[in-house]
Amino acid sequence: MKKITCLLIVSFAFAMVFSTSAFSARKTIIKIGINAPLTGDIPKVGEGSKFAAMMWLEDIEKAGGLEIGGKKYDVELVIEDNESKAESAVKANTKMITQDDVIAIVGPQSSSQAVPAGEVANKYKTVMISPWSTNPNTTLDRPYVFRGCFLDPFQGPVVSNFISDEFGLTKAAVLYDVAADYQKGLAEEFKKAWEKRHGAGSIVAYESFTTKDTDFSSQLTKIIKSGAEVLFAPQYYNEVPLVVQQAKELGWKGPIVGSDSWGSTETVQLCGEACYGLYFSTHYAAAGATGATKIFIDRYTDTYGYVPDDVAALTWDALRLAEQAIKDAGKITGRIEKDRQAVRDALAKIKNFAGITGNMTFTEEGDPIKCAVIVKINDKGEYEFFKSICP
Amino acid sequence: MESLTELFTYILQNLINALQRGSFYAVISIGYSMVYGVLMLFNFAHGDIFMVGTYIGFAIATLFIALFAGFLPGPLIFVATVIVTMFLASWIGVFVEVAGYRPLRSAPRASAAITGLMIGIIFETGILIIVGAQRLKFPALMETVSYNVGGVYFTNVKIMIIVISLLLMLALHGFIQKSKWGMAMRAMSYDFLAVPLMGVSINIIAPLTFAVGAGLASVAGILYGQAYPILDPYMGVLLGWKAFVAAILGGRGSIKGAALAGYLLGFIEIFVATIFPSTLRDLIAYSIIILILTYKPRGFFGMEHSTKLRL
Repeated sequence: MKKITCLLIVSFAFAMVFSTSAFSARKTIIKIGINAPLTGDIPKVGEGSKFAAMMWLEDIEKAGGLEIGGKKYDVELVIEDNESKAESAVKANTKMITQDDVIAIVGPQSSSQAVPAGEVANKYKTVMISPWSTNPNTTLDRPYVFRGCFLDPFQGPVVSNFISDEFGLTKAAVLYDVAADYQKGLAEEFKKAWEKRHGAGSIVAYESFTTKDTDFSSQLTKIIKSGAEVLFAPQYYNEVPLVVQQAKELGWKGPIVGSDSWGSTETVQLCGEACYGLYFSTHYAAAGATGATKIFIDRYTDTYGYVPDDVAALTWDALRLAEQAIKDAGKITGRIEKDRQAVRDALAKIKNFAGITGNMTFTEEGDPIKCAVIVKINDKGEYEFFKSICP
Repeated sequence: MESLTELFTYILQNLINALQRGSFYAVISIGYSMVYGVLMLFNFAHGDIFMVGTYIGFAIATLFIALFAGFLPGPLIFVATVIVTMFLASWIGVFVEVAGYRPLRSAPRASAAITGLMIGIIFETGILIIVGAQRLKFPALMETVSYNVGGVYFTNVKIMIIVISLLLMLALHGFIQKSKWGMAMRAMSYDFLAVPLMGVSINIIAPLTFAVGAGLASVAGILYGQAYPILDPYMGVLLGWKAFVAAILGGRGSIKGAALAGYLLGFIEIFVATIFPSTLRDLIAYSIIILILTYKPRGFFGMEHSTKLRL
């Protein structure tokens, strides 16, 4: 009896080995990894990434697969949750590269995760496109890491000039999370740009807090006392309502200006009327979009029931960039290292890619040159296009 | 650099900020102290009990506003929300005691302490699965009215938080000093071996203690939802740890100490950030606390015998 069981197990094992190898010989599946914060501090960002990716996959499946060199291949998405933690983002990238054999990775979204995760992708020579990370370190000296958006050294001056030109103010305060790469980097860029224009000492308060803090009253009291006329608050959507509400309760009367991290749909949902009338810089404005951007927005809104935020739009662009690069690579050899290299080389060569968030050509570093948009939150809580600032 | 009155209003403003922050630390740290008094262990799930209490408060507040907003006055809805939430949340406390701590009552202390952490993780993940990862906005139970008295800004919500926290602590004090149950709790913390022999069952007093602690935490949660209206499943972790620091600082098992230390912690945090660069806030604030503990290792009102017995 024991023998028979043994035999059965062995034959079953053989069958499994052969069936999988036969399967893989028949068809090569192209896998693309998505590294997104589905849980953790900014789950709405993860949701947008996932939804955009699913829409993209739907298109590919409708076309019967991805056509490369006249042959159609099936595409599979590997979606990993990075819990909006740096270490989980690194783990997710390592897993997708070494176990799932993905050809390219889209994500992580925020710089706090994209900077460390980019290190892994670069080490394993796998293309990673971060749609939303604006910190320069994400792509710096990493030939395999690209991004789909502008950089903080560009965004900082954009916001600074916008405030100076639009409001004519000269004394600014900054509030940032010292533990978030994105906020810290952008706060520094803003400070640099502002002081260049208005002279040293024109940043009258430069206050910080730590991730998960909810009480900013001492920082804001300090900011108000410093005589600042405008507050630059590059917080994420879960912090924006708290900052805005507490500032108003403490008697802040001036404008509060944000950055692209405000772009999530939930900023207004959580903040309510307190945020109406405020401005922030971002990648695209949903209200009043035209052409391909409008088609994307309408389709997303129909499918998921709300207007896509910039993360969704940028993820869409990043996936389409990856798609283009895989197509341009010409052929799939089935040897993953070689294919990854071919995709990387093709991606670096892409010129004037027409994305829904603007045209993209990569620089040597893997950063696209794009315009920023200043958005005003109007009286209905919509993100209204205010002006566009190009490099 | 500035006039004296300006400095005075600045200090007064920060005092109000600190009172609000301290109120949360005080009410939550009492939950740690009460459990320690009876069971001689720290319930590390308390921060997450606070979180679950806040979510319950959110659900009840949303429900009541939907049902009664038209014809009942705001304050009544608020009171009803507080009472129902307190009642429901105290069962969470009972659950934690019965499911988590009772089976391990004779186990080594470390196992019981770890149980608390596990229960905390179960609560976080449970809320994550049931409610989802998205942030929720706690509905405002009253219209916020801002006041400006000579340059000091405050709102009715802030005043309410400070006053209700004080009232809660006074009520608890009365309960522990005057009621039979409170007397049993005090007796238990005085001698947990002899008192059960007198017919006071630990199996009633322990869950009661957890229930009162959880009820208090849930009211803190509703107030927290009014001051910082963004809810997430991990909101209890940091606050729980800081309240735990306050409980130690106040002296293990001392409810008065926990309350005072909670306020002190709020003051230290706010004023350190006011005087020093805010980047150094936690570094300096918690160095001060280490310093205090170096000179007062038992905290402010810690009892002599508790160090000999346990932990």
